[in-house]
Amino acid sequence: MSAPALSKSVRKSLWLPRANVLFVISLVIVAIMVISAIGAPLLAPYDPDFVDLANVLSGPTTAHWLGTDALGRDTLSRMMFGARSSLLGPLLVVVLSTIIGILLGLIAAWRGGWLDAVLARIFDLLFAFPALLLAILAVALFGKGLAAPVAAMSIAYAPFVARLVRSLVITERTRPYVAAYRVQGFSGGWIAMRRVLPNVMPTVGAQSTLNFGYVLADLAALSFIGLGVQAPTADWGAMINESRGALMSGQLLPAMVPAIAVVLVVIAVNIIGEEFSDRIGGQIPS
Amino acid sequence: MNVVKLVAKKLGTLVLTVFAASLLVFFSRSLVPGDPVSFLLRGRKPSPEAVAEITKQFGLDKPMWQQYLNWVGHLFQGDLGRSLQFRQDVTTVLADRLPVTLGLVVMAGAMIAILGLAAGIVAALNRGKTADRAILISMTGLGAIPSFVGAIVLIAVFAVQLGWFPSFGSGDGFVDGIYHLVLPSIALALAFVALVARVTRSSMLDQLEREHVEVATSRGLTRSRVVFRHVLRNAIGPILTVSGVLVAGLLVASSIVEQAFGLAGIGSLLVQSVDRLDFPVVQAIVLLIVIIFVLVNTVVDLLAPLIDPRVAAGAAAR
Repeated sequence: MSAPALSKSVRKSLWLPRANVLFVISLVIVAIMVISAIGAPLLAPYDPDFVDLANVLSGPTTAHWLGTDALGRDTLSRMMFGARSSLLGPLLVVVLSTIIGILLGLIAAWRGGWLDAVLARIFDLLFAFPALLLAILAVALFGKGLAAPVAAMSIAYAPFVARLVRSLVITERTRPYVAAYRVQGFSGGWIAMRRVLPNVMPTVGAQSTLNFGYVLADLAALSFIGLGVQAPTADWGAMINESRGALMSGQLLPAMVPAIAVVLVVIAVNIIGEEFSDRIGGQIPS
Repeated sequence: MNVVKLVAKKLGTLVLTVFAASLLVFFSRSLVPGDPVSFLLRGRKPSPEAVAEITKQFGLDKPMWQQYLNWVGHLFQGDLGRSLQFRQDVTTVLADRLPVTLGLVVMAGAMIAILGLAAGIVAALNRGKTADRAILISMTGLGAIPSFVGAIVLIAVFAVQLGWFPSFGSGDGFVDGIYHLVLPSIALALAFVALVARVTRSSMLDQLEREHVEVATSRGLTRSRVVFRHVLRNAIGPILTVSGVLVAGLLVASSIVEQAFGLAGIGSLLVQSVDRLDFPVVQAIVLLIVIIFVLVNTVVDLLAPLIDPRVAAGAAAR
């Protein structure tokens, strides 16, 4: 797929004067979300769990900018606190799957032979399990919450990283500098970890950034169907689920605020990831 | 000869993958610390009768590998085990739920095929023009909307504000059932329409630049004949590959959409069974989805050389 080319044509089609205006906007959105997540206890106007039954489904007021939900809890505060689990889950998955994927991909490419073949078989098997399905199976085994889905999705995403690393390292190891280090007597492991790995890292990082958006959507969906983060903890997916009653009675904000937060972060992260891979100049092999 | 070899190889991979998946799904239970009886009876009263019943039903007193063989043997006879929450055969429970999920996936699939292909073709033929730009922007936006967000937006607009469609339940009878599936199938289709449109567009553009298209045009063929016989036919490979991957996505996403719209399908059954600690049903549905996914991808792989003889030629050359 020509993802980077696509983002370019979209950018051009928006008649933006400079190509990276969208990139800057995306960075700002992600920064705002990260700051609200980290600084939620200081920045949020209310306690996210403070129930005010005298003031339910209030709609936007000066006291509650984004209104209140069916229990009179402040939607803005819950959105800010919800950013914590909603962003932390995908972050953990991306970090873990990237580490596992790099190690396995490096081993497969560097050692080759039967080890490579066995790993390829295992990856093929895991590709047959969609990440969300593996996460649901993990919840069935280990119970609801964030831990089991995060572990399952890290395993589900690792093969994608591993396959990418493998293909990159296989091209990389034919380059003259690897032979030069070998001739000088450096060990294979040292060359792989200290010289080859840094060269493939940018492309891997770009792919992992793109993965972040998918994982965020999947984990939010899991909380939405009641298998992820549990009430009353504020989480974007769980908030949308809790606000379905309000939605049916015509009060849109409690459900729409977290929904828009999810979509904004997914789009922003996609744009950032594609910009990264554009700047590296390398294409992510499909 | 080579075709036979190719088919045999694909089928071999299919059987191997399904076998490995069944191992993974079955033995996943042993990852949970503690004894299997208390795992299966979570949330239920562990009365001596219940313990005796579950031990007998799952053969828990036998070694693990014997339990597995027993399970697989029953699978081949169409027996998926017994549901703990319904006290019924899993097969019966699944059969009750199948029509809704089938209807949902078929309707969403039709929307994806028609809208995705149309958007991709129109965009490719108008490369760089307003139509292309409009399609690109809307598809990039659509692609970023998770199905559950799509679902609640559709409920808010078309069920609550406009009141055109129901927002909950599966409906009674065929026509009412279809009516109840309109919003869910749109929610399910959204992101996948974007995916198919993007792949169709780039695959078509790749073909449109080729010399054979120029030759066909210079021979005086009509535009539509060039597009459909010479461009689309050659561009179908990547589209087919994506449709294979898409099936798994559709099945898994249907559990979220069914849950959002309160549809009694297999997806919502999966969610409900996880919620009610009904592991035999979870096991059966997970394996079923994986088998369908692997099966569809094998069919796609086998279809590719039929539609595009170059793939078969390439395989033979190897």
